[in-house]
Amino acid sequence: MTDLVNNFAIKIATVNGTGSASANSLLMKSIFRAGIPVMGKNYFPSNIQGLPTWYEIRVTKDSYVARSGKIDVMVAMNAETYARDVREVTSGGYLIYDSTWPRPALLARDDITVLGVPLAKLCNENFNGVRTRILMKNICYAGVLAALLDLDIGKIRELLAETYAKKPALVDSNMKAIELGYNYTRENFKCPLPVHVAPLPGGGKTKGHVLIDGNTAAGLGCVFAGATVGAWYPITPSTSLMDAFKSFSDKLRVDPETGKKNFAFIQAEDELAAIGMVLGASWNGARAFTATSGPGVSLMNEFLGLAYYAEVPAVLFDIQRVGPSTGMPTRTQQCDILEGAYASHGDTKHVCLFPRDPEECFYFARDAFDLAERLQTPIMVMSDLDIGMNDWMCPDLKWDDSYVPDRGKILDKEAIEKLEKFHRYLDVDGDGIPYRTLPGVHPKGAYFTRGSGHTQYGAYTEDSAEYQIVLDRLTRKFHTAKRFVPKPVIEQDAHIDIGLVAYGSSDGAVREALDILAAHGVKTNYMRLRAFPFGEEVEKFLEQQKLVFVIEQNRDGQMRSLLTLETRVEKAKLRSLLHYSGLPISSEFIVKGVLAEIEPKARKTEVKGVA
Amino acid sequence: MTFLPKPKVRHPSLPKNALGLTRRDYEGGLSTLCAGCGHDSITAAIIEASWGLDVEPQNMVKLSGIGCSSKTTAYFVSGGHGFNSVHGRMPSIAMGANAANRNLMYIGVSGDGDTLSIGLGQFCHAIRRNLNMAYIIENNGVYGLTKGQFSASADVGTKAKKGEVNQQPPIDPVLLALTLGATFVARSFSGDKQQLVPLIQAALRHKGFALIDVLSPCVTFNDHEGSTKSYQYTREHYDAAVHADFVPFQREISAQYAEGDALPVVLHDGSRILLRKIDSNYDPTDRARATAAIGEKLKKGEFLTGLLYVDTTGKEFHDVNETPAIPLNQIPHNRLSPGSAALAKVLARYR
Ligand SMILES: Cc1ncc(C[n+]2csc(CCOP(=O)(O)OP(=O)(O)O)c2C)c(N)n1
Ligand code: SF4
Repeated sequence: MTDLVNNFAIKIATVNGTGSASANSLLMKSIFRAGIPVMGKNYFPSNIQGLPTWYEIRVTKDSYVARSGKIDVMVAMNAETYARDVREVTSGGYLIYDSTWPRPALLARDDITVLGVPLAKLCNENFNGVRTRILMKNICYAGVLAALLDLDIGKIRELLAETYAKKPALVDSNMKAIELGYNYTRENFKCPLPVHVAPLPGGGKTKGHVLIDGNTAAGLGCVFAGATVGAWYPITPSTSLMDAFKSFSDKLRVDPETGKKNFAFIQAEDELAAIGMVLGASWNGARAFTATSGPGVSLMNEFLGLAYYAEVPAVLFDIQRVGPSTGMPTRTQQCDILEGAYASHGDTKHVCLFPRDPEECFYFARDAFDLAERLQTPIMVMSDLDIGMNDWMCPDLKWDDSYVPDRGKILDKEAIEKLEKFHRYLDVDGDGIPYRTLPGVHPKGAYFTRGSGHTQYGAYTEDSAEYQIVLDRLTRKFHTAKRFVPKPVIEQDAHIDIGLVAYGSSDGAVREALDILAAHGVKTNYMRLRAFPFGEEVEKFLEQQKLVFVIEQNRDGQMRSLLTLETRVEKAKLRSLLHYSGLPISSEFIVKGVLAEIEPKARKTEVKGVA
Repeated sequence: MTFLPKPKVRHPSLPKNALGLTRRDYEGGLSTLCAGCGHDSITAAIIEASWGLDVEPQNMVKLSGIGCSSKTTAYFVSGGHGFNSVHGRMPSIAMGANAANRNLMYIGVSGDGDTLSIGLGQFCHAIRRNLNMAYIIENNGVYGLTKGQFSASADVGTKAKKGEVNQQPPIDPVLLALTLGATFVARSFSGDKQQLVPLIQAALRHKGFALIDVLSPCVTFNDHEGSTKSYQYTREHYDAAVHADFVPFQREISAQYAEGDALPVVLHDGSRILLRKIDSNYDPTDRARATAAIGEKLKKGEFLTGLLYVDTTGKEFHDVNETPAIPLNQIPHNRLSPGSAALAKVLARYR
């Protein structure tokens, strides 16, 4: 095995609703505070209590942010999934299980080290009450791991004290459970394991970083960008974005003198109403947004077409989850790409942004409002469950206090007064973007917003030529959008003619895969798409490659389709690498996929160096 | 069909309101509805009502869904912004617009199809939120724009133009609104401008959701014998229970009424509605009794009209949400964005 200090993955198998979340977060944070980069992913069921759930923690001294695809330490706390959990451990790895109930028949692997800790027994002897004992058992394993991985027990107490600042009794009971596990492990096994954590001095590599999920970061971004109206209908995995917006607003947006709220938070009756409210508010000059997932976007389609055609700004966060239909609602995918780009009937196209992590969710939230108002059209921020609900290590979010919102072309009272006549849909500046006015400002600025055919002057029409003038201008506007949207991130060497293309949450896995591939002697270029429509840079990159792997997390290669539809690229040049299991993509998957294509021999040989 | 602006010829003798505007200033584009359509009379009543209320045209926001009725927002108050949205979803647009700027006057025009079928959900929830708007249903018992299918307000036994008889029970918007807790519920008839104009004025000034269900015959698809929404049937079966006079705040002092003659209801801006009971047993302030009386009449195929229920004490959306007096869309950015120092404090929790 390669060097496993600060470089391994743990997976914890439990049952949901049994309190393991706090143990997992304690483990994550204590590693993070030791200065070592860490990633955490939660695989949870669509259920409240009683079904299997897993938490994967990856400790990576090289700051990789994706799954490697390997598990070095498995904590198997759930009898129901025990057999498959055992199977998943990498050869040479470790399995920790609750030895209160021995499972000799199932421990049929001689290539891993099995460590039995009588967690239930320890907790039953020391705590009273069925519920307490179950909860404590799930804190106790954090103590076991602390001993095995050499985590600082004092730091864990500090973290507990912060978490339960208002309930000191909980600090003591939790600490007691942790110490039970910790002491038992130290007494019975050689600690630490070769797989362990070694604190890095001076804050290490996590200094100047936070551990945050994308929905929290996006909600925060909306607060800072000046959003005042949030309307939504609950759906996993988007709900926590709205919760974040509300809780930050409740703290940061309440007028200290009057106690009044400088925001409106509206739980709508469904997603149709949620997007309708966003349109009404944006049309009336507020920064308004909604967050939803695939099923919600499907419902919003009619309104999105209206917003496109009547040119109403809107910001929509799509936290993608597995489809079709209800699919696997608590698993991740990038499966709404085409729906986002072409939502609604008729000739419609929408600007989409593809954040790769919580940091970009924060900044793209701000950019989305600027773009929505600048372009007077819906902006779809295409996040996903992996980004939205998992904790990612990101550089500290920064806010520039000199930021001024781009309100786009809104005519104020004085400007309207000077006009002889106001024409809502006229291309005055040649960029395809017309001027708009807000209700209540000036009677001369009044116009009639409609989804039915209209002339460039804003009047109803069923005249072919008049209709086409407006539709063609909308095409010009979409071209203009290319100049404003975030540019792709390109890493390219003129001597290399194989390219990888990815977007969103796949980026971390691709970056690690690039390093591994390079170690294999395979060099590739890389383009990370950050927005639709695609600009000239995208065209150019595709043109310069002989072979392009489009890496995405859906079955149908939706981004590949979009690229073939919206650029001049030759279809045959684009090869899909598709990951659609519902778990976040791993670097191993990409490495294997690329090597299988360009090095047919590699198919049989085990890929080395994937750690 | 192109848009026909009405020529604005000013006649010096046209009467002016307190803003110096004539009725002409409250008109809109030329109607494209069928000659004789009830909806056009309602448009005329809205024009009269807004002129009489001295509404600043730019402060009126006109919202609608889809249908012949929904088109009419283009035919009045051209100085106010209009939003002809999608079928049945106008209440959500109104909710958002109202959230952004609570200081404007919101008027929604919808049809019985728009409100009671595709839009039933949004209609109910706008009432639950007590969204501050006047909501007019131009109720003709059919889908006019899609050529005469029965709507959800069609009565059992009513006959379509081609002879088909409706078997399904109707949804009555007035009874529905009353059960949902609406704070202003009225019914009228497009042919009774005298009754309609003050009702619209009161609805516009009411703080909260104000519903006016206006029977508005469709001359093209539902004005024949055997229809219960024809002009003739409506005239014969409508029965005013309460007459409402609207007295704007500034004219309050000169309003003449004898004590006991009328029940004055004071609105939040100081204007008054004077309710004169025509049916002495009817009580427009008692939700349960009003509901029962309206239901009884409906069973006999008759409509009670007038301001059927009013409650001025309800909290509207912004009271519940605790938004400030200044509209959300006018709060300067530096008061909305907490700034870098606040962000640093927030981030401390994520380490
Ligand atoms: C989603 C959708 N479905 C169907 C239609 C077709 N449609 C247009 S108007 C209308 C009915 C309108 O009836 P009503 O609201 O009663 O208005 P009226 O025309 O009678 O005034 C229908 C079904 C549509 N525009 N949108
Ligand atoms: S079809 Fe009926 S509702 Fe539509 S305009 Fe004609 S008369 Fe009015």
